[in-house]
Amino acid sequence: MSINEQQTARKPPISQTGIVLWLRTNLFSSWINGALTVASLYLLYITIPPLLNWLLISANFNFGTINIFGFNIQFSEEVATNLNCGKEGACWPFIYEKFDMFIYGFYPREELWRPNTVFALTAFLFIIIKLTKNLKYKNKILLFLIIFYPVISYFLLFGGFGILPVVETLKWGGLMLTLIIAGVGIIISFPIGILLALGRQSELSTVRFFSVLYIEFIRAVPLITILFMASNVLPLFFDAGISMDKLVRALIAITLFQAAYMAEVVRGGLQAIPKGQYEAADAIGLSYYQKNILIVLPQALKISIPNIVGSSISLFKDTTLVLIIGLMDFLTVVSFATADSAWLGRHLEGYIFVAMVLWIMLYTMSRYSKKLELRFNTENIN
Amino acid sequence: MKSLNKFSNLKNLSFKELIYNNEARAIFIQVATVVIIVSLFYSIIVNLYDNIEARGIVTGFSFLGGRAGFDILPFLGTYVVKFSPNSTNLEVFYVAIINTFVCAGVGIILATILGLLIGIARLSSNYLISRLANGYIELFRNIPILLQILFWYNIFLNALPKPKNSISFFDLAFINNRGFYLPNPLPQEGFIWVIIALIVGIVSTIYIKRHFKRKQDETGRQTNTLTYSLGLIIVFPIIVFLLLGSPLQFDYAILGTFNLKGGLAVVPEFVALTLALSIYTATYIAEAIRSGIEAVDKGQKEAAAAIGLTKTQSLKLVILPQALRVAIPPTINQYLNLTKNSSLAAAIGYPELMSAFGGTVLNQVGQAIEILAMVMLVYLVISLSISVLLNYVNKKMAIQGR
Repeated sequence: MSINEQQTARKPPISQTGIVLWLRTNLFSSWINGALTVASLYLLYITIPPLLNWLLISANFNFGTINIFGFNIQFSEEVATNLNCGKEGACWPFIYEKFDMFIYGFYPREELWRPNTVFALTAFLFIIIKLTKNLKYKNKILLFLIIFYPVISYFLLFGGFGILPVVETLKWGGLMLTLIIAGVGIIISFPIGILLALGRQSELSTVRFFSVLYIEFIRAVPLITILFMASNVLPLFFDAGISMDKLVRALIAITLFQAAYMAEVVRGGLQAIPKGQYEAADAIGLSYYQKNILIVLPQALKISIPNIVGSSISLFKDTTLVLIIGLMDFLTVVSFATADSAWLGRHLEGYIFVAMVLWIMLYTMSRYSKKLELRFNTENIN
Repeated sequence: MKSLNKFSNLKNLSFKELIYNNEARAIFIQVATVVIIVSLFYSIIVNLYDNIEARGIVTGFSFLGGRAGFDILPFLGTYVVKFSPNSTNLEVFYVAIINTFVCAGVGIILATILGLLIGIARLSSNYLISRLANGYIELFRNIPILLQILFWYNIFLNALPKPKNSISFFDLAFINNRGFYLPNPLPQEGFIWVIIALIVGIVSTIYIKRHFKRKQDETGRQTNTLTYSLGLIIVFPIIVFLLLGSPLQFDYAILGTFNLKGGLAVVPEFVALTLALSIYTATYIAEAIRSGIEAVDKGQKEAAAAIGLTKTQSLKLVILPQALRVAIPPTINQYLNLTKNSSLAAAIGYPELMSAFGGTVLNQVGQAIEILAMVMLVYLVISLSISVLLNYVNKKMAIQGR
């Protein structure tokens, strides 16, 4: 007879395991917490079901028959129109009907292969940059691409030279235009921003004075005043013979605006470089340009990459402001599409569609910037 | 004297030496910068004059005295200035500035409250609450503000009932798609004494707090001043108010056949703009608050507990002062951003600076340079004042090194 018979451990009480424990510690740890949990559940209850109902359950998906990659998919017998679409749910066939307009604006339908090629080229460019990351000649390849990509894209989109029919920038629009404005703004403002940042840090007092004046002035006024300035006053600044495209004016305004913000981001990077780096460069007899190009800027730009991405995200959001000066960007399409007498009053569907697309893009970008920040942070710690 | 010496040094150098001389180079670059900028401005101004003459554009600020000739959406600014279509363009400018400040002020208050709540909720130990706060931040921060303004404006116009079927709150306030109709407070004779009582209450509360603080420094004894403050700031003005026979009446909105009459009408443009701006800016303020609280070292909290402070004391005396040092500067920056973003009202026609003055007046008069310069000047002044405030706050909050 053994006295010390081995006992199997008793199971912990149900309140200390699994989902009950999780609920207790995370949702009902105190009375206040419990009340807050109930309140937020109620908040979710009054917002989510009606929203889902409007977006999906009561929504109209009568697209008719759609051809996707050669397969005919039948969504419904009849195609929905504005009248039989119903009021209690979203009318998604409206988006489907106006999809080309949302993406390309009034770009001629038979020429759509041109913007599509530019989209494909852009994707191709990113793939090449990824692939050549570890190659020896990557800088030369990049330089080549940076010079040729905009030229080819411009030629494809605008046409001319007797090869492709010209498509005026007035007809450009939609998501395509938004991406063009954001892309051009970010890329051109970058070198100007670096120059301004160096100017602000310069030892030459006049250069510093003008840089500070420019940066602080631009940062103090809202973008929309600069856009208005560009669309109303800029043509007066040039010789009467020079006629200026509306798009070019908006691009100038956005680039000049973004340059000031880019300058501040780069300045942050420049100031984070230890003084010893500058002194070491001076000590080995490098000139001002050698010092900045070989020693300071590569380090400063590297630390400021997360902030550069952050500032680019802001610019991307701000491109929607061209709506106010009458360019037909992604957001403006909503009012154009709903002005069509066949689809009057479908603003909400339009805004929600635009919001979803922009949100996905911006969210991805902000995640990317957070990831970069973490990566650079760990590098600094080690 | 010093600069003169510099030049005399340079005089003795040969041309080749001059090229490689740092001082000579510095002077050359600065002169070149000035020349380039001046010539750029010169060509701009010459072209400007030519174009203005060729197109017959009127210049100068005489348009400010001219008749506006259009009506402005009635809101606070129009009431304060007593605006009518016969008013001058200068009065439009005043109306616009008042409307900008009203929108920015209300927006800042709402955004701060919302941002504070969301920022604290984001750090809550309650899983659901912190996830919800995070969802709020990620959702509204990544949608362009202009889209949000248009969205709320549209919701307002389409989802709310027509005036005939207004949503009523005990017949005191109404909501319909033409706006919010709140009771309009009409101060009667003698109401000024209530305000004076309130001011007296606040001032004496500050004095009493100081007195007890001094007492604590001398004797180490703490006194709870809450009852004094409540009595002086709330009860005292209420007693004065009742003694004077309630000198405040309200003008309630009354449902007419087509629209509501009377009351304080808050136009949908204002509601949509302010709502969108506060919701958007609150995400940034929430992040600022969160990073401020997270920046306080855990040891601080433990140290506060170790020297026997209660939870409230440790929050009030140890955590918050340190958290606010980190959180306040970005928050003030967000206030500036909100004010600048209020210019997006141009898209929905709330009559603020950019929409009423930089938009409508510009279209009527056509003097873009003068008008936009005035608009930019106002924003510059706002920006500069906020920078001054920020510098003051930073100086005040800087860690006093020993």
